[in-house]
Amino acid sequence: MNDFSAHRIQSSGSPGGWRDAEVVPISALQHYAYCPRQCALIHVEQVWDENIYTLRGRRAHGRVDTPKGMTRDGLRTEHALPLFSDALGLAGRADAVEFEADGTPFPVEHKVGSRKKGGLARRADEVQLCAQALCLEEMFERDVPAGALYYRKSRRRHEVAFSSALRVETQEVIRKTRGLLRVRRLPPPVADARCPRCSLIETCMPYVVERLGDGEPNDETP
Amino acid sequence: MTTQLLNTLFVQTQGAYLRLDHETLRIEAPDEDGEKELKLRIPLHHLGGVVVFGNVLLSPYLLGQCARDGREVVWCSRSGRFQGRLAGPVSGNVLLRRAQHLALSDPAITLELARQFVLGKVRGARTVLKRALREDTGDAATLEAAVGAHDEAIYRLRGADSVETVRGEEGQAAAVYFAVFHHLIGPIDFRFDGRNRRPPRDPVNAALSFVYTLVRGDCAAALESVGLDPQVGYLHVLRPGRPALALDLMEEFRAWWADRLVLTLINRKQLGLQHFEARPGGAVYLSETGRKEVLTAYQKRKQETVRHRLFKEAVPVGLLPFVQARLLARHLRGDLDAYPPFRAR
Ligand code: SF4
Repeated sequence: MNDFSAHRIQSSGSPGGWRDAEVVPISALQHYAYCPRQCALIHVEQVWDENIYTLRGRRAHGRVDTPKGMTRDGLRTEHALPLFSDALGLAGRADAVEFEADGTPFPVEHKVGSRKKGGLARRADEVQLCAQALCLEEMFERDVPAGALYYRKSRRRHEVAFSSALRVETQEVIRKTRGLLRVRRLPPPVADARCPRCSLIETCMPYVVERLGDGEPNDETP
Repeated sequence: MTTQLLNTLFVQTQGAYLRLDHETLRIEAPDEDGEKELKLRIPLHHLGGVVVFGNVLLSPYLLGQCARDGREVVWCSRSGRFQGRLAGPVSGNVLLRRAQHLALSDPAITLELARQFVLGKVRGARTVLKRALREDTGDAATLEAAVGAHDEAIYRLRGADSVETVRGEEGQAAAVYFAVFHHLIGPIDFRFDGRNRRPPRDPVNAALSFVYTLVRGDCAAALESVGLDPQVGYLHVLRPGRPALALDLMEEFRAWWADRLVLTLINRKQLGLQHFEARPGGAVYLSETGRKEVLTAYQKRKQETVRHRLFKEAVPVGLLPFVQARLLARHLRGDLDAYPPFRAR
């Protein structure tokens, strides 16, 4: 028989006092950190991103798609673990959480592409992972010093230490993402080096928006 | 099962075949020996629409005729999830969709609809509490006080003059209701300490969340089937991806349909702690077998009939969302002065 007594029970209402609309999906943080417009396209305009969601949806149903080498053998591992932070108003799921021998959680997040060489894309992945760590710290009431990103294409595990700088940045992204989801408006395109690598470029039309914004709106002559 | 309500034919008989014989719709289904048997014959012009569930076939000629006449045909999965709708030359009722949006920018109509949805919810909750009192579960004085608080909420809701006030009353009534909800739970191994979600943190909340999802899906399907946009709601604020109108519509079903189902399953010990999974860190979900248990009970409940004060014939619980969605559509089109939420007895 299961033991349900160990869990903290909230008195009433929504845990942590967050209104429904204010609870930020952890996945939105990575999008925001990469490009606020990308985040708004997915989470406000509800543009479907095949790359991000088909995979995630399939994995939510279990451990069907855990590649070899993503998690370490011999460690107790929980797949598709529900995560939440009542303090920060976050909810989501971890692809995998390994538990070290002493019970310390170690989140591992699965990324479709190859290992990114620094830059914003990698930082965005790290922010998302760090948000998972913040949830785990609250859920298990213990420190979570590190986690890993697993890049499917290059089959590389990239370990991430949750430094205080990364934690501060993550909190900042949480705050800004909540703000964006509240105003529900599409920020202007960044129209820079991020765009060619962005899977939403066709829907986003960053350069069209930029050009029309440059003074000749509705001028249909080339 | 085949039911006709408000000009709409609902066909739930698996393996049924619907075809047109001159101007008459014939429904045939295999009998016990697999022989074709005529189940029903209705003049097509008596029907405004047809809603079929699961494995039900319609002849191409019938579909063609429905498309030409602008008669609605809706396909739902066997469990009632909306799958698609026949789109004839003029697709859906544009006037209804326009009315749905216009109502949202009319504060008086929005207020009235929000009020009716919350009245439906609070009355439903009151019915559940009264029933617990009759059945003598839990502390009578506490339950009576909660019923009293619901009576007062109903009284104040009638006079509420803004949607914000209506939402406030709803929140307060829900707080009272969930504060005494543990009195309705028999088995002592099930504790309930208030509603929580995203994720649910205990078995009762896990079961409630699951059944709410089912009812919400049925409401969304029903709204789609009458041509309403499930995302444009009145009580619930519009938000991307949120089925606000489905959430509005399900308010009147929450307590007496969803909550009662969960309570019955737990109190009759059809659901035990073995049907739940605690994930490390605090989230609790129904297990695979738990979900099966709940789904079976849910489907059974949908086939039971209840009395609806507006109709002579008894209505299967599963069709109530369709009936209410159609009443709502009629109201939005100006055919009914007010939207009458369902009242359970
Ligand atoms: S195309 Fe550029 S601006 Fe548009 S969402 Fe992607 S990164 Fe952002």
